[in-house]
Amino acid sequence: MPSDAATAPHAAVGRATVRVDGPLKVSGAARYTSDFHFPGMLYAVPVGATIASGTIAAIDTRAAEAMPGVRKVYTRHNIGKFYRVPTSSKALINERRPPLDDDAVHYYGQYIALVVADTFEHATAAARKVKASYSAVTNPNVSTSLAPAMGDASGKLPANEPRQPDSERGDPDAAFASASVQVDHTYNTPFETHSSIELHASVATFDGVRFTLYETTQAVMNSRQLIAQMLGVPTEDVRIVTEFLGTGFGGKGSVWPHSLLAAAAARDLRQPVKLVLTREETFECVGHRPHTQQRIRLGATSDGKLVSLRHDFIYSRARLTEYRENCGESSSFMYSTPNLRITSAFAGRDTGVATTMRGPGAVPGMYALESAMDELAVALKMDPVELRLKNEPAIDESKNIPFSSRHLKECLTTGAEKFGWSRRKPEIGSMRDGDVILGWGVAACTWMAARIPAQASVMFNADGSVRVASATQDIGTGTYTVLAQMVSQLTGVTVDRVKVVIGDTTLPPGPFSGGSMATASLVPAVAQAAREAIGRLLAAAAEGDSHFDKASVAQLDFHQGRVHRKGQQPNEGRSFEDVLAAARLGHVEGHGKSAGTRDEEHPAYSTHSFGAHFVEVAWQPEIARLRVNRAVTVIDAGRIINPLMGRNQIEGAVTMGIGMALFEETNYDARNGMPVNSNLADYIMATHADTPPMDVIFLDYPDTHLNEMGARGIGEIGLAGIAAAITNAVYHATGVRVRDLPVHIEDLLIAA
Amino acid sequence: METFTFSRAADPAEAIMAGAAASTAQQGAEVRFVAGGTTLIDLMKLDVETPKRVVDINRLPLAKVERAPDGGLKIGALVRNSDLAHSADVQRDYPVLSEALLSGASGQLRNMATTGGNLLQRTRCIYFRNTDTPCNKREPGSGCSAIEGFNRNLAVLGTSEQCIASNPSDMNVALTALEATIVIQGVQGERRVPIGEFFLLPGDTPNRETVMQPGDLITHVLLPPPHPGARSHYLKLRDRASYEFALASAAVVLASEGGAIRHARVALGGVGTRPWRSPEAEAALLSKPATRATFAAASEAAVRGAKPYSQNGFKIELAKRCLTSALATATA
Ligand SMILES: Cc1cc2nc3c(=O)[nH]c(=O)nc-3n(C[C@H](O)[C@H](O)[C@H](O)COP(=O)(O)OP(=O)(O)OC[C@H]3O[C@@H](n4cnc5c(N)ncnc54)[C@H](O)[C@@H]3O)c2cc1C
Ligand code: SF4
Repeated sequence: MPSDAATAPHAAVGRATVRVDGPLKVSGAARYTSDFHFPGMLYAVPVGATIASGTIAAIDTRAAEAMPGVRKVYTRHNIGKFYRVPTSSKALINERRPPLDDDAVHYYGQYIALVVADTFEHATAAARKVKASYSAVTNPNVSTSLAPAMGDASGKLPANEPRQPDSERGDPDAAFASASVQVDHTYNTPFETHSSIELHASVATFDGVRFTLYETTQAVMNSRQLIAQMLGVPTEDVRIVTEFLGTGFGGKGSVWPHSLLAAAAARDLRQPVKLVLTREETFECVGHRPHTQQRIRLGATSDGKLVSLRHDFIYSRARLTEYRENCGESSSFMYSTPNLRITSAFAGRDTGVATTMRGPGAVPGMYALESAMDELAVALKMDPVELRLKNEPAIDESKNIPFSSRHLKECLTTGAEKFGWSRRKPEIGSMRDGDVILGWGVAACTWMAARIPAQASVMFNADGSVRVASATQDIGTGTYTVLAQMVSQLTGVTVDRVKVVIGDTTLPPGPFSGGSMATASLVPAVAQAAREAIGRLLAAAAEGDSHFDKASVAQLDFHQGRVHRKGQQPNEGRSFEDVLAAARLGHVEGHGKSAGTRDEEHPAYSTHSFGAHFVEVAWQPEIARLRVNRAVTVIDAGRIINPLMGRNQIEGAVTMGIGMALFEETNYDARNGMPVNSNLADYIMATHADTPPMDVIFLDYPDTHLNEMGARGIGEIGLAGIAAAITNAVYHATGVRVRDLPVHIEDLLIAA
Repeated sequence: METFTFSRAADPAEAIMAGAAASTAQQGAEVRFVAGGTTLIDLMKLDVETPKRVVDINRLPLAKVERAPDGGLKIGALVRNSDLAHSADVQRDYPVLSEALLSGASGQLRNMATTGGNLLQRTRCIYFRNTDTPCNKREPGSGCSAIEGFNRNLAVLGTSEQCIASNPSDMNVALTALEATIVIQGVQGERRVPIGEFFLLPGDTPNRETVMQPGDLITHVLLPPPHPGARSHYLKLRDRASYEFALASAAVVLASEGGAIRHARVALGGVGTRPWRSPEAEAALLSKPATRATFAAASEAAVRGAKPYSQNGFKIELAKRCLTSALATATA
């Protein structure tokens, strides 16, 4: 990389850059998966089971087959062959069972048949005519009481699997028992459903040998590998395309059974098949955040030093998955304490499988931990900001290694300053604005940072554009723009001349968009690719461009998109397109490939992002109305490549956090295992009217241990901790401590 | 969605004739008029409504808000909810109606939704909307899934052992407090039905919700002249700030003279199986001073006899706070 690129006039990283794909999106030109149309397109509509546990006795498809426009009705008898994914596979898949595998029903809505017709309406009408009968139907277990008798005096916890400590140090039991201040509470988070506006979809084409699937996925490479595996064809024979995604929040990371159904129908009928799930089906068949129940025990000295931290959690787990919600993810390193134990267990439930949802593990986990910290502050009569500052660790005590870059203290103090925290009166209900009672709450947040393997190519084109390509995808977070900025930074070519090509498995294998890792992972691969491309450009100039008078490569340099002699200014050199023209080259290209850091066995550093949320709620007891008034969030997530999109991520997360704290929960009917509020009128999320003024501050300390640009990820961290900040504020306003999300009006009616 | 034939009525008579061919105008009607379609098409997609014939009434000349000769208001059945909410007459003389309309649904929905359609919107009971589950309203005799299931948003007043579905409309609550009259054209000519008699309690026939008969076309809604000196208010309580049906709401119209309340009309929403007029609350207000104590007593009276179910007991307390606050705001 040219050494002065970061300070060059064209420096793009760190600049507030509007989305390069914005015009396409607002004009409707951006093609989302369900926008793809092909001649001869057929439409597939799945039929879901209306029981949650039992066996299909018979399926009568005759009436459906006789419906207008129907091409074929599939059951397990005629769908064709699917193969299983071995349990050794590390690919992202939460429901390994291929669709229509056998007669067993494991959850409500599980696909039992598929209708393909000439229009969506015909297929939908016919799907309603498929009649199934069931045998061996049992009462589903969808209980949200994961372990009613959680814990006993001895500290042994009943659960469905033996508890192995996930992390342990010192003697947490003895330290807790002898601690002068103790807090011991259990917190629940409900089933939540991602509810992206774009519905899951698959458009499958098959030419007799090769499949091309237009997918709603956060991971095109993962989809290709798994779909090829499950269809039993070589990986090269499957191409996955995701040009734009109407977001996923983790729900589109895994491969889901409907994609296989679409592919199988295309395989059989030799016509393109489009399958778009309904909103109801997205509540049933494509994952959710599992229910969690978390007991936190904190022991502290009377001056607020933690001596023991225990975090014992249970999460709901569907029969068909191994998905684990790691609520203890952050508890081991968040605060300094000599004694700690984290254990986990699951409780089997008859629901569709769970999957990652924005900030999996840490988001429910930080709700519990940060609630307990607030309860400890109350017990200590100590300011909750001060309590956190007091327990700041010097190193990651769970691994005994330093943090690569941790600025939580500054997040807390900066946020407190911005928010006006020093004016907080600790007594419940003591702060008012006219008739409205104000509650102030704080919580810290954290999310991991890591890289996953990535490849990319960078190409200088004769037409004056620079192309960057990688089989990653933009899930709405801004990967198109971030890549353009990175390449602009590395080449000095302005962002508007960078062409970003992603979302297609024919490109160099790129990272999945999950765990907030895509950006950080792409940096080294793109940097290497750009350097290689620049090297080739200089070689072309030395060899083929008389302007440089047979200068050697070592005598040449590249800045602001121009090749020039070292020691001279860029404007004394030649633009790269002139160099390519002189050398009669259509383009020069470089490749980059970087390894991941996520699975390092002995990492030198503990790498995480941190932050702090400060929230004000308004409480009107006479009408039991609670609203979030304002929020201040300070984030330490390394170098922020684009402050506009960065802020957008945090504001979106805070908005989602308001939903998590106050509204969102998926309810299952205990009689048939059906998610009952499976639509956007009954599944309550925050609307614009619920969204308060938000202040987002980035500390912007580059974490160069992770990559040369110092960028970590920002997609998830904003949702960690925010629910606790809100419920802590609710307690401050009302005196009601809600340990069972979301906060309902019902809970608050008991207050005044 | 089931296959249906579609036609457009050129005049009210044509619509009425088409509708008269149905055996019922209640659940299971074979003929349905479509106005804004925001209830009907939604339920047809869910197979809850399965008309064989859909008659578009949007071209009928029923989209005007006019002053009535008696000083009241004559609202055409096809007046859109947005237009009605922003009508100058409504905003000046019946602000409670404007407030109620604007608290409902979303901007897009209000632009489509009509006065007639809003009157006849169906319950939001999730089991009514899901054909895989038993529901006495949708399929008489099949059972009620809500009583032992999810009933947080359902009624505590006017329920029966067959059905506890709430009437979800905001507009209907305001119209009830305003003592509106529904003008219906049917095969036998015109009928004028006071809104208090328009909606039926579920009893043993929750599938029957109104007095509508096959062929009946709502043409207008009449509002009596505004009560002199009256002030009104609509308050809607719900989990989130917008775009959600009421957990509890209250429409109040009050006039005081000489330190005492001389005119009181009170209706509750979200808590009743029909828009819930409360003569008990009105009696508790009449001749009393407009004080918090009076309002609290009226609120107690309004929910007397309310029956809580497994998840919706909180609505009784919520309705009380809602009504007390609405009364206080209207008299502030
Ligand atoms: C997501 C969502 C949220 C909503 N939120 C709210 C809310 O918060 N508060 C609220 O009050 N409402 C809410 N609504 C309901 C909305 O107000 C109603 O759907 C709307 O008012 C119905 O009017 P329409 O003209 O679209 O009726 P249509 O769907 O056209 O008709 C409804 C019924 O009335 C019949 N009909 C219509 N006009 C006549 C007539 N003139 N004579 C005889 N029969 C007639 C039709 O045959 C049909 O049976 C919401 C709806 C949706 C979809
Ligand atoms: S409450 Fe009424 S609408 Fe709901 S399930 Fe019961 S009968 Fe059906």
